[in-house]
Amino acid sequence: MIALVVVATVALLFAAFIAVRRRQTRVARESLPSARAAMPSVLVHDIAARPDLDALDETLGSRLSSSRSVFDRVRSLGAGTLTQEQLDTVEEVLLRSDVGLPTTTSIVEHLRRDGAPEGVAVAVRSALRSSLTSASRELSTAVEVGRVPVWLFVGVNGVGKTTTIGKIATRRVAAGSKVVLAAGDTFRAAAAEQLSLWGERSGADVVRANEGADPSSVVHDAVERAFARGADLVLADTAGRRHTSSNLLDELSKVRRVADRAPGQVTETLMVLDATTGQNALSQAREFLAAAQVTGIVLTKLDGTARGGIVVAIEHGLGIPVKLIGIGEGPEDLVVFDPDTFVDALLEA
Amino acid sequence: MVFDTLSERLEKFGSSLKSRGRISPEDLDRALGDVRAALLEADVELGVVRGFLTAVKERLGGDVLSRSLTPGQQVIKAVHEQLIEVLGSSPLKITYASKPPTVILLAGLQGAGKTTTAAKLANWFKAQGRQPFLVAADLQRPAAVEQLRVLGSQIGVDVFSELANPVEVARRGVAEATRLGRDVVIIDTAGRLSIDAALMAEVGDISATTTPHYTFLVIDSSTGQDAVATAKTFHDTLELSGVIVTKLDYDSRGGAVLSAQGVIGRPVVFASTGEKMSEFDLFHPDRMASRILGMGDVMSLIEEAERNMDADVMADTASRMMSGVFTLDDFMSQMNQVRKMGSMGGLMRLMPGVTKEMRQAADNVDEKQLDQVAAIVSSMTKEERRNPTIINGSRRTRIAHGSGTTVPAVNQLLNQFTQMQKMMKQMAGGNMPNVPGLGKMAQLAARGAAARGGDLSSMEGLEAALARRPGAIVAPTSGGPKNKKKKGGRVTPPKNR
Repeated sequence: MIALVVVATVALLFAAFIAVRRRQTRVARESLPSARAAMPSVLVHDIAARPDLDALDETLGSRLSSSRSVFDRVRSLGAGTLTQEQLDTVEEVLLRSDVGLPTTTSIVEHLRRDGAPEGVAVAVRSALRSSLTSASRELSTAVEVGRVPVWLFVGVNGVGKTTTIGKIATRRVAAGSKVVLAAGDTFRAAAAEQLSLWGERSGADVVRANEGADPSSVVHDAVERAFARGADLVLADTAGRRHTSSNLLDELSKVRRVADRAPGQVTETLMVLDATTGQNALSQAREFLAAAQVTGIVLTKLDGTARGGIVVAIEHGLGIPVKLIGIGEGPEDLVVFDPDTFVDALLEA
Repeated sequence: MVFDTLSERLEKFGSSLKSRGRISPEDLDRALGDVRAALLEADVELGVVRGFLTAVKERLGGDVLSRSLTPGQQVIKAVHEQLIEVLGSSPLKITYASKPPTVILLAGLQGAGKTTTAAKLANWFKAQGRQPFLVAADLQRPAAVEQLRVLGSQIGVDVFSELANPVEVARRGVAEATRLGRDVVIIDTAGRLSIDAALMAEVGDISATTTPHYTFLVIDSSTGQDAVATAKTFHDTLELSGVIVTKLDYDSRGGAVLSAQGVIGRPVVFASTGEKMSEFDLFHPDRMASRILGMGDVMSLIEEAERNMDADVMADTASRMMSGVFTLDDFMSQMNQVRKMGSMGGLMRLMPGVTKEMRQAADNVDEKQLDQVAAIVSSMTKEERRNPTIINGSRRTRIAHGSGTTVPAVNQLLNQFTQMQKMMKQMAGGNMPNVPGLGKMAQLAARGAAARGGDLSSMEGLEAALARRPGAIVAPTSGGPKNKKKKGGRVTPPKNR
């Protein structure tokens, strides 16, 4: 800790040193003939040689419009070994879907090695399919006798945790379950109101506390109430948090511990992930997995233009299965994840 | 995972070439391959990456590389310059409407952070001496209006909303602001998908009705390849004047920013970096470029320092340090200055070459621990502070009692202080201490100072020190696995290095 003060101090000292210097030079600037001339040549920018950006834009535009049909072209190609051009196309399609470079490279290498005995399309599909995890995608409510299953929802800000809970609650209640919602997001302004409105719509019971309250206590109260009233399921919301803050991750671990204490039992910890998220999702998944033992992913906002390819990297690298996907605003638009459909959608774009 | 930042990789590329003296086209291709990987890793859109690499190649064309003694540096420089060029060279200047109010429309996907951004933007205008007014036209998401009301009351800005259709709410909101004599109106709209024709038409109607002076697309910094498609559609419908990037506090490198900007040709105007209302400011392309390269953000650091530190105190201590004198009193005054700048975590984020582990450790530094350090030092006598070597066992016990801590805590502080003193001496002697990021820090700071027209003579000592210790430029040597085990573990190197 002290060492950090040391590093910060030393570094800041430089900053301050320069700041002071700058103030001094600002005064003395007029007397200087040319500060530029005094600089080492390596620092002088060569402004003349700027490339033409307009030309660049044009190729980009045409590339974008053509990328949609690229894969169709590859699919019509025959069997055998893949050419470099075909491999490049596969790489492009995967990169454009946010699958990410490491996973894409591994899939492309796989294709290069094994070829495509039954045609390119089949080979690509099976390569993608085999990078997905074989773990179960079922949502579990299996608990010991006398306990209440809890599903905990975690994720960074703005991915749709509260909305996802609202949708699940609506469907479960409609199917005859007794559901209790825990408004564990005590941080964001009006988050509890948002969940309460979902409670009213769906007919689920909502347990909430004041803004700034301890989320663990809210979840605890919800579990107690669910147990007392013989509810079938507790859906626990949490505040969106950055996955880089260990304090907030520790708080999340505590929420999970408290929720898992009898009579509660956490049967699912679902990380909600926005399909538009890029490579950052991988580190999100890694940190939330470590902090809250994530059992599955809910991939939201797949109804837009984003394809959510990053889940391939997450399944491939971390083995966390995607369990649900959100494909629209309504409660019926939250559906079970089907790997084959997903792979096809990824490739068809 | 990729541990090295792009700048580190390129530095390595440079030093590996030194022994050979000449750069072959293959070497360059490999270096550019690294650039490509890093940009993709940072979520820059594939098409933008391609154009980017072509442009960098052109910058490095001819004999630029073969003439240079530091080819790695040349590549970094070319990449950095190209990044700045793509990101736009200077922050957009907001000009206010001659007939107020200036109307600002915010649009974007769900969850991008529009509502929070609306409040932060209002807060920013307030700090500029304006009288902002918020209009909550997000009637889609449950409790979105409520959220804006809460935020509005936090920052003391009125929020207008009513139960009508969003177009009507926006129109009446602007009318209300005009009636009240407010000079800036910010309209928050519902999140919408770019392919949702009905909702896109609706936001188009809002725009047509309120004729905003500025229309900003709010975009999450962790967005992937889709950023381009989104930005394009919104631009087609709304004629964006710029982009606001949110959640830049995550470890994402914000490639989406680069993509969106590269495709629609509109600047990123504001960046939102945290959950506090004040963590929002104009966007600085050069700083983002450094960030994408993993070079830290020295200019922001310097500005922060200028804003918060007592220049005289700093100059005084700095000159004492440079002359090799460094006492516990100096340490205390330094620490107090550092604390004025805000949280350790925030500072670490701006510093180049700081490893992820260190950043996380810094994020978790408890202010109480710093209080404890302060307590220990203030429990010493004047003489002890000036000359800590006289602190023997019984003095230690007294200090521990006096500060309400333990003898081991006092020992730890004294040990760390001795280390620090040694580093200061080294520095005064013209040697860079082996502190992660420090070499790069000095280097970039020198460059920054130069770019702003400062003279470089003040940096001569540092430059010379850098030249003598080229290895120190990339020196997170001690920041590796050792730090992982122990939060905030020792980052200074062992004595006999």
